[in-house]
Amino acid sequence: MSSGVPWRSLPLAGWGNYLQARCPTFRPERRRELLQVLARGGFRTYVCRGMGRSYGDQALNPDGAVILMTRLNRFLGLDEAAGIIDCEAGVTVADLVRHLLPRGLALPVTPGTQHVTVGGAIASDVHGKNHHRVGSFAQAVVDLDLLAPDGRLLRCSPQQHPELFWATLGGLGLTGAIVRARLRLRRLETAWLAASYRRLPDLDAALAALADAEARHEYSVCWIDCMARGAALGRGLLLNADHAPRSLLRGPAAEAPLRLVPRRAAAVPTWLPRLLPRRVVAPAAVAAFNACYYRRHPTGERLVDYASYFYPLDAVGGWNRLYGRAGFVQCQAVFPHRQGGEGVRAVLGALHAAGAACTLGVLKRMGPESGGLLSFPCPGVTLAVDVAAFPRLAACMDAVHDAVLRHGGRVYLTKDATLRAEAVRAMYPRLAEFEAVKARVDAHGVFASAMARRLGLAAPGDAG
Amino acid sequence: MKDARSGVATTDPAGTPGAPEAAVPTGPVPSDATGTRASNQPRPLRLLAVGATSAIVRATLAAFAEEGPCTLALAGRDADELAAVATDLAVRYGATCRCVPFEVGPPLDASAWLAGCVEAAGGALDGVIVGVGAQGAQAECERDPSALRQLVEVNFTACAAVLLAAAAYFEAVGGAGRFLCVISSVAGDRGRRSNYAYGATKAALSVFAEGLRLRMRACGARLVLVKPGRVDTRLTFGLDAPAAMNADPAAVGSAIHRAVREGRAVVYVPRFWRWVMLAVRTLPDALLARLPL
Repeated sequence: MSSGVPWRSLPLAGWGNYLQARCPTFRPERRRELLQVLARGGFRTYVCRGMGRSYGDQALNPDGAVILMTRLNRFLGLDEAAGIIDCEAGVTVADLVRHLLPRGLALPVTPGTQHVTVGGAIASDVHGKNHHRVGSFAQAVVDLDLLAPDGRLLRCSPQQHPELFWATLGGLGLTGAIVRARLRLRRLETAWLAASYRRLPDLDAALAALADAEARHEYSVCWIDCMARGAALGRGLLLNADHAPRSLLRGPAAEAPLRLVPRRAAAVPTWLPRLLPRRVVAPAAVAAFNACYYRRHPTGERLVDYASYFYPLDAVGGWNRLYGRAGFVQCQAVFPHRQGGEGVRAVLGALHAAGAACTLGVLKRMGPESGGLLSFPCPGVTLAVDVAAFPRLAACMDAVHDAVLRHGGRVYLTKDATLRAEAVRAMYPRLAEFEAVKARVDAHGVFASAMARRLGLAAPGDAG
Repeated sequence: MKDARSGVATTDPAGTPGAPEAAVPTGPVPSDATGTRASNQPRPLRLLAVGATSAIVRATLAAFAEEGPCTLALAGRDADELAAVATDLAVRYGATCRCVPFEVGPPLDASAWLAGCVEAAGGALDGVIVGVGAQGAQAECERDPSALRQLVEVNFTACAAVLLAAAAYFEAVGGAGRFLCVISSVAGDRGRRSNYAYGATKAALSVFAEGLRLRMRACGARLVLVKPGRVDTRLTFGLDAPAAMNADPAAVGSAIHRAVREGRAVVYVPRFWRWVMLAVRTLPDALLARLPL
């Protein structure tokens, strides 16, 4: 049987390049082509993929097929007065920033990279540096259109099919194909932020500073040196920011307050990993870099443009390739407030004990849960760490996940590449509810991914 | 179907225009030394795009719309898809878009149809982009004369009719500062075993455009002949050839827009195809037969 939509076998990977698989891939360019793929594509299971920024196997499906949604990226309508954008799920945050920021409109919640589709943002229920104030991406979604495997298009919102809405938010694409969403936007006076940077000598100082910043700043996050040990454990830089009002701008920025500053982005070539040794990142080098960064980063207050504050890593395209062919994983966990300090110490301790090279480390306070059945954020402290792959990585990550469970925390599934099925049940108490909703909307388990199989989230009917 | 918010309306050639949306200024208008000077052109820019649902034409329109306010008449066969393209351009760039049906097959009174497009674009046309085309199936064309006839009709005859009508219009109103843009293909540069039917239709279009360019010199209008190589679209996605050869449609659209602004006559997109096709054109048959082309 043929859908008439061409497919090709592509080597796909998570953003960490740690998990890779060759998957039959479709790339529909119109809604009806997506319907054709689901009806007659010839594969047992499908998973939708956006820009591929999830770190592990969330958007891999070597046992079935992958549907690239990036060409379903039309804007469907903008209500400037009400601040609501209606768009297809393949529209990226970069598209939204580019076209809406000059009109003084922006997403209330933005993840750390622009290269994420709206569908992906919903499927991961992404959060930003202002989670303590505004919550996760769910807060921005007015409603979404979900395509079920039988071809039914279901409009879901907190009022319409609410159980499906909350299963889809953070649901990793397992409830169906998200094809369209309406997002609510906030108004901005300028495309600049008033940011402040402060050095913090250790973890307790960092946690205290974050708690202090919570009431005073819209955006608050801490970069921490994950390689530092002993008394300096958890030392880092506090980054607070608020949207700058027009009165703070001077010079050319003041005349065009909403103009985006053009960034010349460097790009790491796609062929670079093949030239590098399999494991590029040595712990000693990372420790040295971190120490240098901690000491030399400028502190104080200054105005930062929108893209530089929210998407600093986007300045280097394909930065994930710098980790070479072995790649890296990211572990992001959240601990309830009362266990925050100990949980973070336990995770860092497990990483140090294994001799891991941890490059990027971020600490942040989180606010209330969104309601998504598999959504990650909950009140507490979150730590996100990039860990370069090394031979004992799997054992190291097992130890890290044990530490997370012991301190009552949970792991962000969108970043994960190594979690075990038993652990996810303990971390996500609403998993059974999610599986019940999925069984109703996708009885035959048509939407499945390598991650779903790894974590045992696939519906009973799926034998693949 | 009318959407007052975004100024999009579908209309038949004699229909009424929809409510135009206030245009969003997106930056300074670039000036250039030759060609259709953006700074000399009255704004909003009024364009007709035939085959507006194709990825290349969409990307070209986006590049024009990004430059400044424009009114676009979008012509194509799939009304729903056309409306979606129109809404997308209206929301992203604030362009005023109107949709015009265009179907290859039924006999078309090209000049009357064009008059409808002129009205849809706001009373005049500054440029016409013709990007209609079908890939055709080589094997089927070899087997079935009617398939070949259909391919010629879509890729050449219909385009030629539109171009002649547009040429007559430019001659009537004065062509200074106006342009025609014809999207052909590198496949027209030499007949190859794998796609000579498609190549023939594109070769016909290229030669037609070259002659038309000479005719347009008298009235001052420019004609840009675009020859894209492999573009990363649905047509090439399923094929086995290395993906690195496939150009991103957005990049192709920008290149076409730049070529129009610079007043270039023939442009290969991406540029390296000029040299590839030069080589392919000069190869003797014996060598060409050995290559998997």
